[in-house]
Amino acid sequence: MRVNFTVNGRPQEADDVWEGESLLYVLRERLGLPGSKNACEQGECGSCTVRLDGVPVCSCLVAAGQVEGREVVTVEGLADFAKQRAEHGGCATGACGTDGKAGTSLQDAQLGVPPGGAWGRAAKGQDSQTGEGTELSPIQQAFIDAGAVQCGFCTPGLLVAADEMLEQNPNPTDADIREALSGNLCRCTGYEKIMDAVRLAAARQGEAV
Amino acid sequence: MPTNGAPTKITQGSQTKGGIGESTLRPDGTLKVTGEFAYSSDMWHEDMLWGQILRATVAHAEIVSIDTSEALAMAGVYAVMTYDDLPTDVKNYGLEIQDTPVLAHGKVRHHGEPVAIVAADHPETARRAAAKIKVEYRDLPVITDEASATAPDAILVHEGRDDHHSGHVPHPNIVHRQPIFRGDAAEAAERADVIVKGEYTFGMQDQAFLGPESGLAVPDEDGGVHLYIATQWLHSDLKQIAPVLGLPESKVRMTLSGVGGAFGGREDLSMQIHACLLALRTGKPVKIVYNRFESFFGHVHRHPAKLHYEHGATKDGKLTHVKCRIVLDGGAYASASPAVVGNAASLSIGPYVVEDVDIEALALYTNNPPCGAMRGFGAVQACFAYEAQMDKVAKQLGMDPIKFRQLNAMEQGTIMPTGQPVDSPAPVAELLRRVKAMPLPPERQWESSEGADVRQLPGGLSNTTHGEGVVRGVGYAVGIKNVGFSEGFDDYSTAKVRMEVVGGEPVATVHTAMAEVGQGGVTVHAQIARTELGVAQVTIHPADTQVGSAGSTSASRQTYVTGGAVKNSCELVREKVLEIGRRKFGSYHPAWATAELLLEGGKVVTDGGEVLADLVDVLEGEAVEVEAEWRHRPTEAFDLRTGQGFGHVQYSFAAHRAVVEVDTELGLVKVIELACAQDVGKALNPLSVIGQIQGGTTQGLGVAVMEEIIVDPKTAKVRNPSFTDYLIPTILDTPTIPVDVLELADDHAPYGLRGIGEAPTLSSTPAVLAAIRNATGLELNRTPVRPEHLTGTA
Amino acid sequence: MDFLRPASWEEALAAKAEHPTAVPIAGGTDVMVEINFDHRRPEYLLDLNRIGDLYEWEVGEDSVRLGASVPYTRIMEHLRAELPGLALASHTVASPQIRNRGGVGGNLGTASPAGDAHPALLAAGAEVEVESVRGSRRIPIDEFYTGVKRNALAADELIRAVHIKKADGPQQYSKVGTRNAMVIAVCAFGLALHPETRTVRTGIGSAAPTPVRAKAAEEFLNAALEEGGFWDNGKIITPSVAKQFADLCSAACNPIDDVRGTASYRRHAVGIMARRTLTWTWESYRGTAAHTEGVA
Repeated sequence: MRVNFTVNGRPQEADDVWEGESLLYVLRERLGLPGSKNACEQGECGSCTVRLDGVPVCSCLVAAGQVEGREVVTVEGLADFAKQRAEHGGCATGACGTDGKAGTSLQDAQLGVPPGGAWGRAAKGQDSQTGEGTELSPIQQAFIDAGAVQCGFCTPGLLVAADEMLEQNPNPTDADIREALSGNLCRCTGYEKIMDAVRLAAARQGEAV
Repeated sequence: MPTNGAPTKITQGSQTKGGIGESTLRPDGTLKVTGEFAYSSDMWHEDMLWGQILRATVAHAEIVSIDTSEALAMAGVYAVMTYDDLPTDVKNYGLEIQDTPVLAHGKVRHHGEPVAIVAADHPETARRAAAKIKVEYRDLPVITDEASATAPDAILVHEGRDDHHSGHVPHPNIVHRQPIFRGDAAEAAERADVIVKGEYTFGMQDQAFLGPESGLAVPDEDGGVHLYIATQWLHSDLKQIAPVLGLPESKVRMTLSGVGGAFGGREDLSMQIHACLLALRTGKPVKIVYNRFESFFGHVHRHPAKLHYEHGATKDGKLTHVKCRIVLDGGAYASASPAVVGNAASLSIGPYVVEDVDIEALALYTNNPPCGAMRGFGAVQACFAYEAQMDKVAKQLGMDPIKFRQLNAMEQGTIMPTGQPVDSPAPVAELLRRVKAMPLPPERQWESSEGADVRQLPGGLSNTTHGEGVVRGVGYAVGIKNVGFSEGFDDYSTAKVRMEVVGGEPVATVHTAMAEVGQGGVTVHAQIARTELGVAQVTIHPADTQVGSAGSTSASRQTYVTGGAVKNSCELVREKVLEIGRRKFGSYHPAWATAELLLEGGKVVTDGGEVLADLVDVLEGEAVEVEAEWRHRPTEAFDLRTGQGFGHVQYSFAAHRAVVEVDTELGLVKVIELACAQDVGKALNPLSVIGQIQGGTTQGLGVAVMEEIIVDPKTAKVRNPSFTDYLIPTILDTPTIPVDVLELADDHAPYGLRGIGEAPTLSSTPAVLAAIRNATGLELNRTPVRPEHLTGTA
Repeated sequence: MDFLRPASWEEALAAKAEHPTAVPIAGGTDVMVEINFDHRRPEYLLDLNRIGDLYEWEVGEDSVRLGASVPYTRIMEHLRAELPGLALASHTVASPQIRNRGGVGGNLGTASPAGDAHPALLAAGAEVEVESVRGSRRIPIDEFYTGVKRNALAADELIRAVHIKKADGPQQYSKVGTRNAMVIAVCAFGLALHPETRTVRTGIGSAAPTPVRAKAAEEFLNAALEEGGFWDNGKIITPSVAKQFADLCSAACNPIDDVRGTASYRRHAVGIMARRTLTWTWESYRGTAAHTEGVA
């Protein structure tokens, strides 16, 4: 079947979709947006969290056919999404970023990307080496600054969930943060640095207002 | 250049920003937060096929027949392969013992063993095709525990063993056995005023890394294959893959793709050979991605264990002796079992001084799921048991458990049960003191003016208590873990470091085959290069097999060994740079010949701080490159009868204090705080160090209260292969984890550092158990503790 | 597999009539797991996402008509006063992401004994509005669950809404799982006081082949409250009454040993939850709500 929907503000069309495919599969394998992660495919880990018409959902549990005509925001579109929100009266993002980075680059942006134009389909014309200079949303920057990223597999889903929480609740208590992120498993960090990152993003958001 | 055993000079890159000791940020951080970092499951290639594995539905059976005809006839199916289609005589693989069939041959030995593989144009086509393969099994009795494995008439899991352990094991269903005798435990027992015996059970834990096993194999024009893969050790994979494919190693090119966590679970092969076989068979790129269900069958787990301990002590609190017997269930294939046995035996009594010991550790072959490496590697199971024992002995003696531990704590100079002296700081008593000194979290934090906040109570959002039945408990534990590969293994790493001018700036490139699995090795390598070479810009080359082996990202060893290799290669590069400098500018300043010279802040400077030249000028028109191997000091095997030997490179110590609140009526546990004190030797990146400690601590918490792969004892089948029923801690289960980092340099190690990744996983579990015992008064001799165990309803 | 996308309720009923084996999918939180793990390959998937009516609710005089697909998040946020038991139950469902998608219709359709909504519906009193091209009917909740993962729906029927009695007294809900969030029930318990009729109702989840009420416990408690004049005098319920109520709730269980828990633990835990929820609701009835309500 064919599915038409909007991803990160752009109309997308997926063809020859098998009826049992999930939104997650379509994003990752058909639209070149592998940022949403496939850690459990049973709604238990939150790594595939996207916003569907604004609402955070596990994209692995949304049938592809169900997104016809709807709007999806993935981690790849999070920075733009946050920027637009800020321009429409939210927090003045961008004022929040710090630059404590020393000059390190990973030589190949996509570590181990196969040759032969394998990533020619990438929806976003990304050609940077490390993503440095990429504009980030406050929550993305906070995750980097607080050391909340280790293997990073849970990170995209956590970012989408945390960003939405801060949108709803700009001054969360620790218990609020834990509750809001209880659907996102992380196996590396023990969550402490994730807590730090969300507190940091909230604080920066507060300062910027 | 540091030599084995010689002290290493500790240099501080004070003039160069972003050097060691600073909390620099991850070079892959931006890519990871934007979703652009390419993990192995994100690999994609035009015209690629999808691979699917058909797995055994029974744990132990003869394969009577396999019929693939229907599957092969399906539209969209490009290949179906079974054992009979393997291209060479090498049909097995394995880390140490090559006992694992690439595809089952004649029989299957565990639930989920790969039997056939399929390549098709869509994952669903591949799944349907796999489902159409008809396999007829004839059931065999299942071996599930020590009794069934070593019974006189026990069926052998592996017939005709000829591996290097087969000669010395008491039974062919025992993979490896390591006794350790020192002193005379029987005689020492006579001196004991109290003797405490205990039997303990440790459940099967899963690494539960979030990134599933996955990769992409692309056939090369020269008949070879290029594999993009998530692994812990590229070169170890390569050595096992190439012979099965019938290719020279040079024709199997491996590039590390993004790794979504590992924790030991990627030390063995999973889908690597299968993807390569299908790619070579079809001539098309083949991608394989396990789903979570399959992942539970696709990698080895932490060994479940039965542990029997006897501790003796005198009235004044000195340990007299320890006797113990540790039986690890290795499952159907050897994997890392022999090394796990060595660790369990040599670290079995913990970080204590005991002169007289009688120790035995062994791993069984059974038809349970294969077990192998997981963070803590044999030391975890022992720590759970010996720390429970230490509390029991202290209680019998009427002593404070911390004081009792401190009284018996090892220190630098202590002789291990293996006869090996501990020759670097071992601040066991100090770590306990520090963790105890941390302020306790306030009582009843869940109480607020608006009533009870269930999120902070046992049961959490499930609203099971508003304070009823809730009792607080506090418990302590400390552990010892070895760092690096032990028992005589040639544990080395390789680093290629290049220095040149790019865009008017001196730039260093570091190329290793180290698997970055999230631990932050790439961050640290850049820091080391900055410190040693005085440059601001460092490029980390992707890890691949175009450079020598880095060894495994395991055993807490990468910062030590590959960090050491990077440091060593940087030093060699520095010498060459200085040679060039002397050649070009030596005549301008006498210090070029007389002073000790450093590279700092992009300049060549004397140790007195005088600037001699800009690196840009020295390197103008010249590039310097060095690839060199680096080894830590050698170790030796443990004697097979006595267990004596200089087996370990370095030890790592952590202590925990757990504060829990237990709903004693419902048996639900909320861990309120898990404080940790750890000696890290030297924190090369403090932020990453703390992240490692908190992450390791949380995995220990998981196996204390929820994580266990449940295997049916009658059928040896896994009952909970999903994240619905194999539970790992959520953010609401995880407490605050304050960390106190101690830095006592180990003079044998680069920068004095100590491997850190595993130690916090050891002591976390027994600390939580001790706290639950403290709250409930129950004995609790198994982990994980389930509500049934706390309510007498098991 | 075919994907049917009806644009209206009438189209959905027609599709279900034409393809009785079609599996309805709304939040997808049950169906997609089965598809992703290759446990199920339905011939037809019947998508209900485009039927706006299913996402609406109406608060009436005596009851709330809750559309089958109203997400749990909405129930927590908007129906706490009218349906406190169900709001508490909704809060225990999986994770925020799942609560944003899943609704009571899915729980009823799957009819797993572990479904979180069931004990709350049983305790509050409810009727399930189901419909087919043949017509509409209301199935009392007590008659809805017919076996393990079986319900009273005919093959051509779809669940349209649930009519749940508005709370006329305090309600509570408790669920045991071995994790502090995102956990499937080992067992669960719902309790509703109905001061208007001077009755109590209960619901037990995951401790019998179907969700059940502890009717003997209800009858005992109804009688004990009446006899002691508790509804009028607002006295603290005596421990012996609470204990017997808890014991009778335990006795109403018919649980199994499985990978999530033992039968013995389930019986035990239901008793504890029964006693505690009775205490909380009764304290609330006596007017000290501030100290006893859980956070919904």
